Amino acid sequence: MENMNYVLPLIPALPLVAFLVTLLLGRWYIKDSAHWIPIFAMAGSFVLSVWAFLAIRGEEHAFVMELWRWIPVGDFQVAIGLQLDQLSAVMLLVVTGVGTLIFIYSKGYMHGDPGFYRFFAFLSLFAFSMLMLVLGSNYLLLYFGWEAVGLCSYYLIGFYYHKPSAASAGKKAFLTNRVGDFGFGLGVMLIFVTFGSLDFGHVFEAVEAQTASEGVMLAIGLLLFMGAMGKSAQFPLHVWLPDAMEGPTPVSALIHAATMVTAGVYMVARSSVIFASAPTAMLVVGGIGAFTAIFAATIGIAQNDIKRVMAYSTISQLGYMFMALGVGAWVAAIFHLVTHAFFKALLFLGSGSVIHSASGEQDMRKMGGLAKKIPFTYWTLMAGALALSGVFPFAGFWSKDEILGMNFKGGGYIVWAIGLVAAFITAFYTFRLIFMTFWGKSRMDPEVEKHVHESPWSMVVPLIVLGALSVFGGFLGFPPEKGVFHKFLEPVFEPANKILGVHHEAFGATDLVLMVVSVAVALSGIFLAYLFYVRRPDELPQKAGALAPPLYKAILNKWYIDEIYNATVIRLVVDGSRWLWRVVDAGIIDGAVNGVARLWDVAGKVVSPLQTGRVQNYAVVMFLGLFVIVTSVIIF
Amino acid sequence: MDFGFADQIGFRALTLLTFLPALGALIMLLFMRGRPSAYKATALVTSLAAFALSAYMLTAFHTDTAAFQFQENFVWIQSFGINYHVGVDGISMLLIMLTTFLSVIAIIGSWNYVKDRELAFFISLLVLETGMIGVFTAMDLFLFYVFWEIQLIPMYFIIGIWGGPRRIYAAIKFFLYTFTGSVLMLVAILAVVFWFGRESGTMTFDILTLQNAGFPSNIQFWGFLAFFVAFAIKVPMFPVHTWLPDAHVEAPTAGSVILAGVLLKMGVYGMIRFCIGFFPEMTVKAVPWVMVLSVIAIVYGAAVSLVQVDMKKLVAYSSVSHMGFITAGLFTFNLQGIEGSVLQMVNHGILTGALFQMVGFFYERTHTREIKDYGGMARPLPVAAAFFSLFVLGSLGLPGLNGFVGEFLILIGIFQYMKVFAVIASLGIILGAAYLLWMYQRTMFGELTNKKWLDLKDLSLREIVTLVPLAAMAVVIGVYPQPFLQMLHAPAADIIARLEPFMAQKESLVHMASTFLGGF
Repeated sequence: MENMNYVLPLIPALPLVAFLVTLLLGRWYIKDSAHWIPIFAMAGSFVLSVWAFLAIRGEEHAFVMELWRWIPVGDFQVAIGLQLDQLSAVMLLVVTGVGTLIFIYSKGYMHGDPGFYRFFAFLSLFAFSMLMLVLGSNYLLLYFGWEAVGLCSYYLIGFYYHKPSAASAGKKAFLTNRVGDFGFGLGVMLIFVTFGSLDFGHVFEAVEAQTASEGVMLAIGLLLFMGAMGKSAQFPLHVWLPDAMEGPTPVSALIHAATMVTAGVYMVARSSVIFASAPTAMLVVGGIGAFTAIFAATIGIAQNDIKRVMAYSTISQLGYMFMALGVGAWVAAIFHLVTHAFFKALLFLGSGSVIHSASGEQDMRKMGGLAKKIPFTYWTLMAGALALSGVFPFAGFWSKDEILGMNFKGGGYIVWAIGLVAAFITAFYTFRLIFMTFWGKSRMDPEVEKHVHESPWSMVVPLIVLGALSVFGGFLGFPPEKGVFHKFLEPVFEPANKILGVHHEAFGATDLVLMVVSVAVALSGIFLAYLFYVRRPDELPQKAGALAPPLYKAILNKWYIDEIYNATVIRLVVDGSRWLWRVVDAGIIDGAVNGVARLWDVAGKVVSPLQTGRVQNYAVVMFLGLFVIVTSVIIF
Repeated sequence: MDFGFADQIGFRALTLLTFLPALGALIMLLFMRGRPSAYKATALVTSLAAFALSAYMLTAFHTDTAAFQFQENFVWIQSFGINYHVGVDGISMLLIMLTTFLSVIAIIGSWNYVKDRELAFFISLLVLETGMIGVFTAMDLFLFYVFWEIQLIPMYFIIGIWGGPRRIYAAIKFFLYTFTGSVLMLVAILAVVFWFGRESGTMTFDILTLQNAGFPSNIQFWGFLAFFVAFAIKVPMFPVHTWLPDAHVEAPTAGSVILAGVLLKMGVYGMIRFCIGFFPEMTVKAVPWVMVLSVIAIVYGAAVSLVQVDMKKLVAYSSVSHMGFITAGLFTFNLQGIEGSVLQMVNHGILTGALFQMVGFFYERTHTREIKDYGGMARPLPVAAAFFSLFVLGSLGLPGLNGFVGEFLILIGIFQYMKVFAVIASLGIILGAAYLLWMYQRTMFGELTNKKWLDLKDLSLREIVTLVPLAAMAVVIGVYPQPFLQMLHAPAADIIARLEPFMAQKESLVHMASTFLGGF
């Protein structure tokens, strides 16, 4: 463990250096080779992360180090400190592993873009921030990473800043997250005031000792979760993620699918002890998760933009993770986080490859029949789709099934049922995407069709690696609840499980039945998509839409959430502010000030005739004044 | 322990520091008429020397005590008990550093800004610097008042002569507001001094003596009120803030930088020295009221910023919001709140100074400040856009930059005082992100609104030189605020100790206010 004192700080430091060098020198010196330094930095971080991973394996206690005191004021002492435990080790591997692949992919995808260096600079800054987020040893540092990844997301969503829609989307993402962070920030304050510290170690120990009342624990849990809802795009703070697709596709894959958006899941899992001590908060987490899972899935059905389908899918899958957290299935949540990182990054990168080959076209209605033309993309994307749909034995199957199973066995039948329906919808929209893009006849622009080509190797190789992970990654968690993955993470969640009294039974008949059910559901979803979009594409979709027009319209319009926000909160704030400015500031306050000024002006005009210039007049007034003063002194 | 200048540093450092800028101004006036390069160079060298001297003083500064240091004290007007008494503690030392730092920036920043009566402009800046340093060093009420008035005059001229089209209105408004404050303060000073003179038989203007006078409750009440209103105007607190947007919009860039960067802080500084120093009992009683006003300012200032159409006015209103944080933090009277508050004064000086500087740079290129005239500026001005984004992010409290450290400490302070206020203040942070990012998006991103802008030149080396130190400070304080906080530990603890005896009453008032507000 000794060497971790050097290894650990280097993990975030490498991308930070890459950021600084690329930002300062990129524009004028490095230019088109701006990808080398970030890629090597990221790969280096990955190697070091593996080292850290191996070092922490089987250790009972977290490794904590302090780099320097950040904010020391009185009893408020916060350090820039790093903490390595099994949870952060898993996150490190995901971030640096998937990160490295996406960095390599970006080289091909962003090639020739005028902002090439800028892209890699901010991608590196993102990696640094995300690594700080998972390595920080206290809540304030977690908050730092949290905001910093949000900032990178803002920049990278708005990467094509000259497009007004991209600039707006970036701002929307940041502001929606700020709403969530309003809760997170207050939660951090409440933690400090309650426990006198923000260090994970101290706080969790104090929570275990039950030093705080249940009400306070509930408040802390809900406030923290509010932050998680923003970052992980849970209803009703999900609105920013679909718009975030304005960013370049590698950004969507890395930030808005594999890593940053899972920060909320990480945060709740990190605070497992806090949530375990606040059962009501867990209920809220699970409820919001389940609702979001099905809510976002329904929207996914009707989207025609290939990336937007994926965006809603991500929101929905994050909902599954919260569903898991809600029943204390911490490991299952993290497991799904990992497999989701594999297959969703793959799906995004694959979509990017499709877009790349179709000269930037994102509308699935203008695709079709691409399977033969871009076979590598097709087959890898197929692996990702099967994983997302939860087909045995792909990665997504194991993790999703464990979440559903844990809910069922925990008595959460409603949540389980919702999850199952959502799984059905998921399979449907996923294969809708596959069929619309790759199968059937081409609906492409002839000009675009001529130029369709398989992507360069820098893009295909990451697809293949992620494809392999999506196929085999699930076996990490085999058998369910008792896999290698579970054993590895056990020490982290032991305290929370102790509070909840969770115990895992051996794989039994119930599990088998549940598995069969969920595979059947997934397959029927795929079959329905096949009917709709392969067998009778010209007829069934329209018919289904005509069944209940208002419902179809609501889904098409994303349940009008954006419109509702615009009409209520945003309108209220902007109009209210304008009122404050025009009426209160300019009208009342300044009116009063100018009124006083005018009063003096008027008074001056009234009094000025008295300035006659005749000394005798002044003398009279002086005597009068003297008389008044003397009299009043005598009287009082 | 006595901190005379002789033992501590060996020469009259504070006097030298205070009058160095004025001396430079005098030399410029006497010998350099009509020679721009000579007087500009002199102004720059003078301000740099002042900065260097203040930095050198830091090396001899003791951070482990709240006592005043580098003290110089000799009789000035004996019959009235007026002394030339100067000294600094951690709070004033930090603010002096801020002053000398920003003065350099402002002078480099306005190198080519004014075309008309340029010599007078630079002289005004230097005299202003003397006035500001004087305010922060004075330990004698009379001296303080003199410096307070001295800095008022050059600022009035800077706005009134080198300002924008409505400069006369703005200057007069600025003058009337601050003059009202000055009159109130003068009355309060005389009341305090005469009362003490009558009680003790010796007349004195010495601040330290008066701080231990123990004024009776009627003097406490009226004295506090008069001082408080005087300083509240300067801060400015809601609802006496309306001079600020006008003054900023009309003031030349350097004026805005100094005004936002330093002058506003004099208001808070005054509250620390006099409201808290002289009238601890009344201060404690006033806490709920000040809190309410501060929290209103936070949300109100942010909301009004949101709908501004003029970039400079937006930044001006944002100052109202940020200064709300500062007064709120101060009046929590716990360590986190106080230290956060003073640190945030420095942070606000750096960030808002930088924002005004940048708006000035944009204005020099486009001759407009209307947000709608901008758009897509990141294309012709990438370097400027990068700097601008850094300062915007610092201002909206992004962790890792300086604004966050102060803001979070203040919030922790407020939270300990009363949770509802922290909740409302946090709303101000959401709005803060909204108005700043919205402005940034509308000015820097999107399509170019005006083809002419394509020909604009990006920042020159001189302009970058003014921004780099500000950016560096924003990052340094963001990740390593310790040396700055170190200077505040002792003075903050001293403030709390001063108020401690009266805190029992505060508890009941907190209770009263919280039941009034519905509790949390």
